[in-house]
Amino acid sequence: MSENAESPTETTKEDPTTVPPPAENSGTHEEKKKIDILLKAVGDTPIMKTKKWAVEKGRTVQSLSLFISRFLKLEPSEQLFIYVNQSFAPSPDQEVGVLFECFGSDGKLVLHYCKSQAWG
Amino acid sequence: MADDKDVLRDVWFGRIPTCFTLYQDEITEREAEPFYLLLPRVSYLTLVTDKVKKHFHKVMRQEDLEEMWFEYEGTPLKWHYPIGVLFDLHASNTALPWNITVHFKDFPERDLLHCPSNSVIEAHFMSSIKEADALKHKGQVVNEMQKKDHKQLWMGLQNDKFDQFWAMNRKLMEYPTEEGGFRYIPFRIYQTMSDRPFIQKLFRPVSSEGHAHTLGDLLKEVFPAAIPQDDEQKKYLIVIHGIEPLLETPVQWLSEHLSHPDNFLHISIIPAPSD
Repeated sequence: MSENAESPTETTKEDPTTVPPPAENSGTHEEKKKIDILLKAVGDTPIMKTKKWAVEKGRTVQSLSLFISRFLKLEPSEQLFIYVNQSFAPSPDQEVGVLFECFGSDGKLVLHYCKSQAWG
Repeated sequence: MADDKDVLRDVWFGRIPTCFTLYQDEITEREAEPFYLLLPRVSYLTLVTDKVKKHFHKVMRQEDLEEMWFEYEGTPLKWHYPIGVLFDLHASNTALPWNITVHFKDFPERDLLHCPSNSVIEAHFMSSIKEADALKHKGQVVNEMQKKDHKQLWMGLQNDKFDQFWAMNRKLMEYPTEEGGFRYIPFRIYQTMSDRPFIQKLFRPVSSEGHAHTLGDLLKEVFPAAIPQDDEQKKYLIVIHGIEPLLETPVQWLSEHLSHPDNFLHISIIPAPSD
């Protein structure tokens, strides 16, 4: 993956697309390291053509969720829920890097997203 | 020696005397008296402050009321952290009562999550329990529970019913005897010196040689700076529920006895007072 690819580009099968960092982001070098995230839609939530994304470790769940909402062009009134292990919704201020370390497998973190509450 | 079960009770009934004062710039129709409350350490601010809200609503005009939020000495208080963690982290050097400032305006969107109703707290609480169980038992115990069992955990916390909560929570604390503990210990380490929310990693209660891992082992691995070198002055206090547990304490025991109702062991690392 290329370090300077800051905007979404057409993905290939192998290379994950980079999620553009939020404008105000000024994380440390450590937080800027990226992890691979696989995004899967649940129920009638629109799928994303690009499923695999490279995301900065220090990025929060909230910021990722905002990115997905914008990408899917959801209405501001529409909510987006994100789930780990198809079981729990991580706290919005949780860093994706922490989730990757605790719940990632095969070098990536699988997250499910949904417009309604999928798992109680 | 006291029964270990007493520890669960002492942790559950931990209280912090608190004085709520309305922020000076809020507009009131008459003087707002401060409001005193004993806050349960293991609960959440927005779950136990209905009385505070009612108290201040009485002296304010309807149009001046937005979502209530709390602040201590300039730091907005995150309702989704347990109350005891907020106190240990931000206020453990303070004289009691804990002086919390109440706001009804200028909600700090960047620092706090909105909390429009108790169902948001319930969702957050249950998600934490599920995340903890994913670490402890690959989520098997919490997934085998029924909806009413989940409700029992939440109602136990909401209504401050120790027995109701623990009748169900003890299932989440079980593990196969031959393994000597959970798969991983659900813990979070907070520090005031960092903007990062908290540290959370995979950590096993038992070493590959079969020794019980201690609090000291955990810190050595995830926050080595917290442990004083040989002759060094202690730089940090390691605080759980307002006390400093011995570094020799096994993490499995801590996880079973000093975890919050959300099943996480919340550890605060605060700078040692320099005197």
